[in-house]
Amino acid sequence: MSDVKTVFGALDNYQKGGVEVIDDDPRNYVFSNVFEVAARSKPYERVAVGKNFEYVIEAVRAEGTSPWYACAHDEFALVMDGRVEVRLLKPETPAVVADKAGAVALGAPPVGRKMGRVVAGRGHMTLLPKGSAYQFHADRASVVTIQTIQGEVTIERWADICQTG
Amino acid sequence: MATPVVEASEPDNYYGYRRFRKGKFEFQRDEYFVHIRWPKGTHTMAADVFLRALQRDIAWNFFYGTVNFDGVFGTLNHYGTVDIFAGRFNDAYRKAGRDYNETYASDELMATFKAMLDDWTNRGYDPFAAPEETKHPYGRKDGENRRAIERLRVTAKRMVGLPGDTPLRSDAGGYPVNRHFADVPQDRPEIHAEPGFENEVSAFNLFAYLSRSDVTWNPSVCSVVKDSLYCPTSEEFILPVEHGNDRVEWFMQLSDEIIWEIKHKETGAPRARVICRAGDICAMPADIRHQGFSPKRSMLLVWENNSNAIPALIQSGKAPVVPVVF
Ligand SMILES: [Fe+2]
Repeated sequence: MSDVKTVFGALDNYQKGGVEVIDDDPRNYVFSNVFEVAARSKPYERVAVGKNFEYVIEAVRAEGTSPWYACAHDEFALVMDGRVEVRLLKPETPAVVADKAGAVALGAPPVGRKMGRVVAGRGHMTLLPKGSAYQFHADRASVVTIQTIQGEVTIERWADICQTG
Repeated sequence: MATPVVEASEPDNYYGYRRFRKGKFEFQRDEYFVHIRWPKGTHTMAADVFLRALQRDIAWNFFYGTVNFDGVFGTLNHYGTVDIFAGRFNDAYRKAGRDYNETYASDELMATFKAMLDDWTNRGYDPFAAPEETKHPYGRKDGENRRAIERLRVTAKRMVGLPGDTPLRSDAGGYPVNRHFADVPQDRPEIHAEPGFENEVSAFNLFAYLSRSDVTWNPSVCSVVKDSLYCPTSEEFILPVEHGNDRVEWFMQLSDEIIWEIKHKETGAPRARVICRAGDICAMPADIRHQGFSPKRSMLLVWENNSNAIPALIQSGKAPVVPVVF
């Protein structure tokens, strides 16, 4: 039996590193921790923790049931801690225009066909296929990161989450 | 297009290795070292350091921006053509006018690099592996290891595991769990697809996938949102190059720890050390070079923006060298 220990983080158990400056400004590294961000977020706030032009990585505290979202392009949800159910639905009529960037929160559950659901644990990546609507559910607080494009649900609070000194 | 010419000598009578020439650059290896000559100087690198860097430069097709094999020698990608340089990103060489640069069609330089890697990699030595996992590369010429050096970089079109896309890894497929990831759960997501949606309701265990990676420091595309590429990789020991990207890239540490040494991209002057532990996420600005140290095999998500418009935007100052100003 191997005694190797792989260290993953969790909402209530993470050890943050950081920037040790020699001749630099730590802000240049936009350094944060997804568990810390989720620990300080309300359920299903989609907080940008990475940004490269229009593209973002959002950190999400998944807890209880989320709104329904729709997106015109693919997105990918990676569970970093806990267990999250992803419910997928194909709307009868498109829920967003074809060139819309980022996810959109829908006011009401869309009318359409059930596509299925995924129950994802730590380390599992789920496709949120373009043109579908989706909803997250987590019985206990969990952490998800989403590979997507910045949109109207994306929250930016860099000064609050990043190392500044 | 004509097959690129590779200028190689006959094998050396004693060491057994060929010498290679590209333009005015000359490359020679002996038992321990690689010697590089160019019109304004000479340079010496340990054979393992050189071969690990050469392997990455080949596998990544010269990658994004600058691949510094060390503080002196490297390549700079122009996506179609590529510079091979000595001292170009070294303050002392630049100030003394000792830096030297030649430009080639990418395929042309690649042919020489591949021939060199092939000739200089001995039986049992795997330049993709961590030092604990492979034989040492020293000594006189002894066989070859083409199976190792010709591995293809994984590039998913949409997501790993989707029908028709790059497959999952398994024991049966020749990807056992790495010794350092023996404790990583191999469970699968529960997938319940309604009839007709089997191809779109899809998920896979990325951590299990990475625990079965047989290479180190080889970012491989696993999920794609237009130009946004998730390139997770397993890391152990030292990143074999100092990477000076021509755009911002991001790191999300998925497990364990990597220590990054950050230097000025042009001069090589130290700027910072960045310690990344599980859940940490940070940007590498476009005006630095970085080299990582991973004490235990770790999982790192490298996140790239593949848009070919970016290098010019940054070079012209139209886009900042950092991704976010706050
Ligand atoms: Fe890099």
